[in-house]
Amino acid sequence: MDEIQKKMIAEVADLHEVPVGAYNFRVNSELDSRNTTANIDIITKTDKPGIDIKIKPGTKNESVHIPVVISQSGLKETVYNDFYVGEDADVFIVAGCGIHNCGDQDSQHDGVHRFFVGKNARVKYVEKHYGEGDGNGKRILNPVTEVYQEEGSYVEMEMSQIKGVDSTIRTTKAELKDGAVFKVHESLMTHGKQKADSYYTVELKGNGSNTDVVSRSVAKDDSEQTFEVAIVGDAECHGHAECDAIIMGNAHVVAVPKLDAKNVDAALIHEAAIGKIAGDQLIKLMTLGLTEEEAEEQIIAGFLR
Amino acid sequence: MLEIKDATYQVEDEGKIVNIIDHLNLTVPDGKFIVITGPNGGGKSSLAKLIMGVNPITSGQILLDGEDISKKSITERAKMGLSFAFQAPVHFKGIKVVDLLRLAAGEKISVATACEYLSKVGLCAKDYVNREVNASLSGGELKRIEIATVLARKTKYSIFDEPEAGIDLWSFQNLIRVFENIRESMHGTILVISHQERILSIADEIVVIEDGKVKKQGPKDQILPELLGTPSAAKMACQKLEGGDQ
Repeated sequence: MDEIQKKMIAEVADLHEVPVGAYNFRVNSELDSRNTTANIDIITKTDKPGIDIKIKPGTKNESVHIPVVISQSGLKETVYNDFYVGEDADVFIVAGCGIHNCGDQDSQHDGVHRFFVGKNARVKYVEKHYGEGDGNGKRILNPVTEVYQEEGSYVEMEMSQIKGVDSTIRTTKAELKDGAVFKVHESLMTHGKQKADSYYTVELKGNGSNTDVVSRSVAKDDSEQTFEVAIVGDAECHGHAECDAIIMGNAHVVAVPKLDAKNVDAALIHEAAIGKIAGDQLIKLMTLGLTEEEAEEQIIAGFLR
Repeated sequence: MLEIKDATYQVEDEGKIVNIIDHLNLTVPDGKFIVITGPNGGGKSSLAKLIMGVNPITSGQILLDGEDISKKSITERAKMGLSFAFQAPVHFKGIKVVDLLRLAAGEKISVATACEYLSKVGLCAKDYVNREVNASLSGGELKRIEIATVLARKTKYSIFDEPEAGIDLWSFQNLIRVFENIRESMHGTILVISHQERILSIADEIVVIEDGKVKKQGPKDQILPELLGTPSAAKMACQKLEGGDQ
């Protein structure tokens, strides 16, 4: 890996050295390096680009890192990664994609991630998207995330895209059986002429299933964002969605809530709010000695945390 | 020393110009605990905001240690040594109590130091330091965190705008204790806008503001007996009972 590629890995996976545990580094559409453990196997797919990550039942406190870096301008790829998480496993998965585009052609990575989460398994998933480079070529990321949760499983996802991605369409879909819990926290910031769309569909199919989808976003300059969160309650279940956006400059933000209850014991809540930074927040921080610009930075950094 | 000279703050109300602060003159001596009181709508909070720069002055001067600050921004005044605790504390999604105290202190103070400030305002520090400054905190908790941010700034002048407003009776007892502590360990000048007799009773000086002007100013021992049992005090008490105060 060259220095640019190493920097991108650091940005998207917080990795400054080779991680402990299982990993798979994909650089410019090719396998850079891989490590498997006694409990976690990574197998290259034979029918299409991508990998299968197989986590044995009962695997505890292990991690998997699968960052992707694209530093070659004009490269476009779709990659299919499937995670099979065994019963009672408890794992930490870090994914993410960094695009460095110095050229004039568009670079694009579409990652399709599917999670098959076994009974009572726990997964914490962190995904960061980042783009940089001063070329005219666009940096495009269209992630698809599908989550299928068995009884009593728990999945927590943190997904963030804070900088440098010109165009993104995020699609996230989850299906939950009895007692399963799915929590998402998404942070997004767009600037310039960037465009970001995010679509969620969570189907609560089992009794006692529970979801909490929280999206925080900041739209600056002339950027555009759309959020659609749909929660379907088909059992005795709890669903909560919260879309909160700060709008600045000439940005455009659309929030589309959708709650679909098919069971009298489905309790579904949606909260959506779009607004500029509150004047009293700026004033409070200015009374602490911050300039208006510094106050704005602090408010946004906190909001997107 | 903080001096206000012939200050006026005008607003437009239903097409009419109203002087909320009306050619007001006030000299605040250094190192004292001053309580500003007076009837509702008399201009107390407006005056406090005028000093901090939150409200723009229409005419007149505000002098801080001899320098005219009336055209300076909030940030500049804050850097010159003014702090302000708001009557209605602001919420911040995602910003933690420790972050806010660090911004107030102007440096990355340790969690232990942040906890000291929280303890000073009567909060069990470890329960709060990592909580977000959002609506999950009660009015009394937010109010005390607001006061802690002012303590963390350690400025020469600290202004507290109605610290008792919006606090339930139980929290109020604790709040009085907080101000008694501030009174004992204070450095610099403290300016508190308050209606509360117990806060008035720990003042060095009391300033009564009515109709946008200073009606009375003097040592507590002189002003407080005058206030208690006067029609003005009775009016204040009635307004409190009716509720709603700005």
